[in-house]
Amino acid sequence: MLTAVAQAFSMVFEPYTILVMVLASLYGLFVGAVPGLTATMATALLVPVTFFMAPIPAIAAIVTATAMAIFSGDIPGCLLRIPGTPASAAYTDEAFAMTKKGQAEMALGAGLVFSAVGGLFGTVVLIVAAPALAEFATRFSSFEYFWLVLLGLTCAVFITSDKPVKGLITLFLGLLIACVGLGNPAGHPRFTFGNVEMMGGIGMISMMIGMFAISEIIRFVVDTAPPAELVVEQVGNVLKGQWALAKKYPVQILRGSALGTAVGALPGAGADIAAWMSYAMSKKFSKEPEKFGTGHVEGIVESGSANNSALAGAWIPALVFGIPGDSITAIVIGVLYMKNMNPGPSLFTTNPQNIYAVFLIFILANIIMIPLGILCIKVARRILKVPRNILMPVILVFCIVGTFAINNTLFDVGVMLTAGVIAYVLEENKFPIAPAILGVVLGGMLEENFITSMIKSDGNLGAFFSRPIAATLAVVTMLVWFMPVVMKMLRKKPVRLSGLPP
Amino acid sequence: MKLNDAVFGLLLLALGVAVLVIVQGYPKIPGQSVGPAIFPGLIAVGLCVGGVILVLNGWKNRATQAWFEPQDWVRSKRHLLAFAVLIGSVLFYMLASQFLGFLICSTLILSVLFSVLQVSLPKTLLIAVIATLVIHFAFYKLLRVPLPWGLLQNYSW
Repeated sequence: MLTAVAQAFSMVFEPYTILVMVLASLYGLFVGAVPGLTATMATALLVPVTFFMAPIPAIAAIVTATAMAIFSGDIPGCLLRIPGTPASAAYTDEAFAMTKKGQAEMALGAGLVFSAVGGLFGTVVLIVAAPALAEFATRFSSFEYFWLVLLGLTCAVFITSDKPVKGLITLFLGLLIACVGLGNPAGHPRFTFGNVEMMGGIGMISMMIGMFAISEIIRFVVDTAPPAELVVEQVGNVLKGQWALAKKYPVQILRGSALGTAVGALPGAGADIAAWMSYAMSKKFSKEPEKFGTGHVEGIVESGSANNSALAGAWIPALVFGIPGDSITAIVIGVLYMKNMNPGPSLFTTNPQNIYAVFLIFILANIIMIPLGILCIKVARRILKVPRNILMPVILVFCIVGTFAINNTLFDVGVMLTAGVIAYVLEENKFPIAPAILGVVLGGMLEENFITSMIKSDGNLGAFFSRPIAATLAVVTMLVWFMPVVMKMLRKKPVRLSGLPP
Repeated sequence: MKLNDAVFGLLLLALGVAVLVIVQGYPKIPGQSVGPAIFPGLIAVGLCVGGVILVLNGWKNRATQAWFEPQDWVRSKRHLLAFAVLIGSVLFYMLASQFLGFLICSTLILSVLFSVLQVSLPKTLLIAVIATLVIHFAFYKLLRVPLPWGLLQNYSW
């Protein structure tokens, strides 16, 4: 193990990897700080570039860029009252209220410091939980995997939407897309309409670039809202008073980080849902809930740590089972496959140095977040004034070229456009997108394990319940199915949760 | 572009039925109870059920939920144009890039989009050219993506 750790250190502390991390940080900070550009979009746009890197720098680029983007999404929330990424939306009003009270430094500083703290907390859980789970998962057969994937998809449907029917439908659409091509147990070409390019299936990355980047560009060009006014021109020392906050709210920090990590690890739910839930929880357990909404830092501390810890939490199921915890790791899984680092328990045994390197990258990213974040806040005024009517068309060309780069075919560009338009229309009509993503990513795995299990059991469905772990997973899955009915009876007013970051 | 749930329901129902029809033609694997048709078949059944629920929902709420509810941008010519140009420029790239080449296509797309989004003319031309060259350099030279030269084949660098 020690040699593997040493190897990991030498891979990460290579000048090239460090340079990639610094550049990715700046990129992530910028993308997060510009409203309308999300952390998921940052990841999707990075993929064509990481395509040409070694595995470790490629992962380093994604980890650092997303961690930075989730933090810097707080900046426009605080200064413009527009969340930079959906993960900051939960406490944007709170942060803006603080700015109006002249406490912009405190709000931004709390966002920065407790983002890093939450990120490190999530990383620790990732380091402890992932190898242990992987050890456990080595005993899994196709029956367990079938239920596990089904449980993951079920979670995605029920947690990302208050309308399970719409979530189920987008899930089915995603699963159907995953069926296209030759990649099924029988090797039969499905839904290819004789088209050779469809034989290989619908490219996951081009679809993601469409769903997360093109749909945002559409949203920008049809936006009729007037531009927001910048209230604060100069931001002072953001670190002042943060230590006092940490001493005042230790429970909140711990609770936010723990809840964030857990929500992140649940398939389909990512940083934004973590932030909403932990903001609500903070208010509920606060000694002074009446202050929430008037520019009170407590909720920012708690949910600011929650959204960053969710990022790391999402990697747990992604690395161990290949089940993405959020839409970012859905893309990451695609990258891992491209880099021959197929997720699964064997990833932890065959090449443990790669996993240790991932852990190390997470720690580093959350540490360099503080100095680079301060820098970013200093120049925030300039970033927020970047003309988006110039930025968005350039991003469009970047998307086209980036999608083309994956297979050097224009077919993928068409996939990107179609996916973007469909994602936009679906989201406008309150269909959650996250279940569709999970469906596309996990469809192949679900079918393969289903067919394998059916063949093993000779078509006997009872076999799906005959192994203890499989039966447990089956029971949990069904519990989640019937939860909404129970919840409805228990709760008068359902809590609304917004969808995953678009 | 908000549509009544029933519209989506009908579309999904149609999709589900189409899939069910298509998978009927898939081969059976001898000696196995499950073949390539079962998984998409189950999904299609799910889509049909979901579609029916949406149709019923939409019909029930037809008093409050319009069949088609245009948002502000659909009524604003400028935004409608921007939307059309955005979609059109990707289609244009797909159709014309092999012939015109990346440099010409990208400059054109950026110029038109900039002007629709009300960037001033000198800026439009300058940034369209610079951004195109930067993206070309990054992808063609650094990442070695074979972007087409098209008409500029003889002047390639």
